[in-house]
Amino acid sequence: MTGYTYTVFIILIPLVMFLVTGLLGMKWKPIISGLLGTIGMGTSWTLSLITAASYFFGHHAEGFQTIIPFEMKWLQFTDSLIIKMGILLDPISVMMLVVITTISFMVHLYSIGYMHGEVGFQRFYAFLSLFTFSMLGLVIATNIFQMYIFWELVGVSSFLLIGFYYQKPSAVAASKKAFIVTRFADLGFLIGILILSFITGTFDFGKLTEPGTAIFGSAASMSFMGISAMTWAMTLIFIGGAGKSAMFPLHIWLPDAMEGPTPVSALIHAATMVVAGVFLVARMFPVIHFQAPAAQEIIGYVGGFTSLFAAVIAITQYDIKRVLAFSTLSQLGYMMLALGVSGYGGEEGLGYMASMFHLFTHAMFKALLFLGAGSIIHAVHSNNMYDMGGLRKYLPITHITFLIACLTIAGVPFLSGFFSKDEILVAALHHNKLLFAVEFIVAGLTAFYMFRLYFCVFWGKDRHYHHTPHESPLTMTIPLMFLAVASVFAGYLPFTELVTSDKLGFESEMNYMVAVPSVLIGLLGIGLAWILYKKESEVPAKLAKSWGILYTATYNKFYFDEIYLFVTRKIIFNYISRPIAWFDRHIIDAFMVGIGLTTEKVSYKIKGMQSGQLQHYAFAFVAGTLALALSMIYLMM
Amino acid sequence: MIQGIPLEHFLVVSTIMFFIGVCGFIIRRNLITMLMAIELILNSVNINFVVFNRYLYPDQLQGQFFSLFIVGIAAAEASVAIALIINIYRNVKNIEVENVNEMKF
Amino acid sequence: MNILTLLVLIPVLTMVVVLFTKDYKGARLASAIGMGIELIATVYLVLAYLAARKTGMMHEMLFTSDFMWYPSLNIHFAFGVDGIAVAMIGLTSIVIFAGIFASWELQFLTKEFFVSLILLVTAVYGFFISLDLFTMFLFYELALIPMYLLIGLWGTGPKEKSAMKLTLMLMAGSALIMVGILGLYYNSAPGGGPLTFNIIEISKISIPVAAQRFFFPFAFVGFGILGALFPFHTWSPDGHASAPTAVSMLHAGVLMKLGGYGCFRVAMFLMPQAAQEMAWIFIILTTISVVYGAFSAIWQTDLKFINAYSSVSHCGLVIFALLMMNETAMDGAILQMISHGLMTALFFALIGMIYGRTHTRDIRQMGGLMKVIPFLAVVYMIAGFASLGLPGLSGFVAEMTVFVGSFQHQDMFHRVVTVIVASSIVITAVYILKVVGVLLLGPLKDQHHADLEDAKWYEKLSTVTLVLAVAAIGIAPLWLSDTIVASLKPIVARLAMVIPF
Repeated sequence: MTGYTYTVFIILIPLVMFLVTGLLGMKWKPIISGLLGTIGMGTSWTLSLITAASYFFGHHAEGFQTIIPFEMKWLQFTDSLIIKMGILLDPISVMMLVVITTISFMVHLYSIGYMHGEVGFQRFYAFLSLFTFSMLGLVIATNIFQMYIFWELVGVSSFLLIGFYYQKPSAVAASKKAFIVTRFADLGFLIGILILSFITGTFDFGKLTEPGTAIFGSAASMSFMGISAMTWAMTLIFIGGAGKSAMFPLHIWLPDAMEGPTPVSALIHAATMVVAGVFLVARMFPVIHFQAPAAQEIIGYVGGFTSLFAAVIAITQYDIKRVLAFSTLSQLGYMMLALGVSGYGGEEGLGYMASMFHLFTHAMFKALLFLGAGSIIHAVHSNNMYDMGGLRKYLPITHITFLIACLTIAGVPFLSGFFSKDEILVAALHHNKLLFAVEFIVAGLTAFYMFRLYFCVFWGKDRHYHHTPHESPLTMTIPLMFLAVASVFAGYLPFTELVTSDKLGFESEMNYMVAVPSVLIGLLGIGLAWILYKKESEVPAKLAKSWGILYTATYNKFYFDEIYLFVTRKIIFNYISRPIAWFDRHIIDAFMVGIGLTTEKVSYKIKGMQSGQLQHYAFAFVAGTLALALSMIYLMM
Repeated sequence: MIQGIPLEHFLVVSTIMFFIGVCGFIIRRNLITMLMAIELILNSVNINFVVFNRYLYPDQLQGQFFSLFIVGIAAAEASVAIALIINIYRNVKNIEVENVNEMKF
Repeated sequence: MNILTLLVLIPVLTMVVVLFTKDYKGARLASAIGMGIELIATVYLVLAYLAARKTGMMHEMLFTSDFMWYPSLNIHFAFGVDGIAVAMIGLTSIVIFAGIFASWELQFLTKEFFVSLILLVTAVYGFFISLDLFTMFLFYELALIPMYLLIGLWGTGPKEKSAMKLTLMLMAGSALIMVGILGLYYNSAPGGGPLTFNIIEISKISIPVAAQRFFFPFAFVGFGILGALFPFHTWSPDGHASAPTAVSMLHAGVLMKLGGYGCFRVAMFLMPQAAQEMAWIFIILTTISVVYGAFSAIWQTDLKFINAYSSVSHCGLVIFALLMMNETAMDGAILQMISHGLMTALFFALIGMIYGRTHTRDIRQMGGLMKVIPFLAVVYMIAGFASLGLPGLSGFVAEMTVFVGSFQHQDMFHRVVTVIVASSIVITAVYILKVVGVLLLGPLKDQHHADLEDAKWYEKLSTVTLVLAVAAIGIAPLWLSDTIVASLKPIVARLAMVIPF
């Protein structure tokens, strides 16, 4: 069991890289930081692959064991509430190790080309390492508090990377928004942890997720405002997850987060950090499923709604990265929904498995899409897809890989997205017909907006470019090609045997009742996009006009940003903070000052009694003494 | 020695002296006269000390000693006071107490 | 010689040496060396303390010594430390060391400045090591007086007024403390026998409950004023805004902790029944403090005001956690004191350095400083992250300990207020990011700021010392937390004895 101690290095290497490049990077040539970071990340990646290979395909008698190769006490609250720093290996965390290090390594490599010549190249690599470290720490957490710690660190590295171009006001605003929105969600997470630890007296995932555990014994009797304590705890923890995974209505930060450099969007806001929420729910799955079924319902519906909502918005956006961002939202909704409709154990746990499966495949193809988008932006220096067109001639590799990614996400058969999406639809069909219907529609919408993007960018007429776009350098295209291969073949991994809710494998087979219609609706979406966008025409504009107000609302993301701005700027700033600040200065402080001023005034009034005439004082003194003496005598009598 | 003279007689004398002194201190304007009034007050107290000592504890001498202390302190006080008065005279050219009210407030 | 006497003696000697220096260079050098030695002595104290505990010395206080000072009232110079006092002494040494370097370029009455500053610190050391209520009070008063001079003479803005306000409010507080202490003294022998000021001796008996009810509010509010308890916190924004850099650092970093420390060492420890009974009142007040301070900070535009209100919020958390009266929460309170002390000192040092360059503290007139003064800007960001509770820095450890501890309370009321208080982490994030966004990021606002100089060596030394301390606590909190918890056990046991449920 102790054969996995080397996994410590998987997360230590990025940390060391962060410290080294962060502290010393300024003294070197920029490229050294890049190479160092990439090599370090490559080592981590290799180690992760070795871990995964020996964990999944090594000897295991029945089911997968949870292994803790390393653990140390970090902070002790009470006898049972202890934060430990450790490494926990089980199917989902090993899978996440692979996902994170793979994508991170690809992004490191890609960025050597993409960020070449940027000011702050070293800083970029330092932050990338910090992010990778935090994200790895998050997934291998042995207890929920360790997860929270790295959860926060992930939030900060995301903040730093979104605001990488710190002189650009929009980037600063976006980074601030991302941090504060997720921070707000983290508050929910924190309170959830507090309630959970209060009920169970432990942070350990091992104890929490053990099936049939007795630590929830007292939970049933506890409730607050008519809702059971466990439902509160799990819903609040889910809010934390919803913030990171940008679930409705906390989704508003993700589209803005695209202000960061594109490799960052690929790594953080598509493949890894945003799935942290899904991972959290998966990690807590037994607790949620058995102790708080109401919370699981919420998770399912929030996921379903988010995926539909985001897919609709994605249709109208024209910023290439924002389309991808909304697509990410929509896919994350899928994953959440799958968890929401899942049961526990064996075939019942199909949704759980499907969610993790989709997480895996989505990481590959969405990172590919973003890196491809980065390559396009690198070539034409614009984010606006109406500034692009006919690029297939200039960017052959990008074109092919992008097409593969689009086909994968659209669910074209035999590519990885097809398999994972199909499993989710099957799981939804078994548990909730309404959610199934929603997802079915979203599958069509996804295919439509992805191919709208694809046709607009790679087909159509040439635009006027400042200089002829040229294919990106090899450091950028190698990751593209690698991820394209991964996107095609990831679907053939036997997930049903590897990553399941009860860690025991099960058999599943293709459900043609679901697969065939879903492929058809995907193809319908592609076909529609083909007709509308393959050649430039007036039809889309006319269509947009005919939808009128609905189109405008969708284009403006249903005005959610404005609502949030209203709440924060107007209500919190103007109607809470400002009056409090005023109250403090003009009431409380004025009261304190008032005491002083009153004393001063009174003393001014009575100082006339001090005439300066010695004899007046003497007279007062004598008279006083006499009066005192007489009264004493009188009293004695 | 002073047999036959009752205690009250001494006390009456010292009380009269004390109030003459107090009146003098309050009424007279001249600083020197006020100083003299203080001497009267102190001496009336001296009388009390000596008399009580004699009538209450004839075999002890604390009262006598105390009155000697007071005499000594009165002398010191007089010299300090006169030094002050001289300085006041140098500043305001007279020794009327009403003119010495600069240190009010 | 007793290490604790040495701790007080070194600053006194430093003061004497500074008095005989010729110019400002000599004065600052002498102060720096003196405080450097003090820092070393503190490190030695910490090591000696840990070693002594390891060898199994289980007394409540270590390194004790006792001199009779005024027999007829039974006043002693009684010294001794436990883990909490050692931690506070460590904080003081670090902050004053950084503070000396933060005022390296001060050239107006330098000698007098350093003498007053070190006098202040001497008093603080005296306060933390005192076991006798009277000498504790004496040192407390001694710490307030130089503060008036330091703000009134070397401050900025409406300094005389601020100095007056601060001193008067704190003096009002010390009048209340005096009443509390005398109340304790005269009730310290309910069964007859000699009265005592000694904390340990008083803690062994129990003061009559009626007396506790009467005197607890005096002592608690008295110390609470210095701990910025709502609504007695208004001296803090004015005072901090007007004070010179090193004084702000020391005041917010260390002196405000005297309040929190006194609250639990004197008021709660010695009068546990009353503390239990009245805790709810102060819990409500501190809950208001925490949220209210944070909201006020959002609206401020003066850097020092922002930080002062943030201090109100953070120090509110200290007293809040103390009142929860369980081991974890109180541990969190002490950690929060140390953490807040370090990071607020760091903030004030940085604000002073930025002000020294731009000659304004109004965030509306600055912007994009990251490009110009990267070192200071990065450190400012680290301080900000510490303040908003980023893991890996001290703020997180302290806040989480407080929240977890408070939430373990059996009573629903306590858990609900904990949730309210926990919401401050979001508000803190809002105002910290607002400042960072406006001040450091974005395009350069004022072209006059384009060629500002980045940090000099002494500024780097000052800030790096504090950053290292903040990070050390944040990364490896266990030993500090364990030391504090070990010392808290007798205190909590005493408080727990009277818990009604």
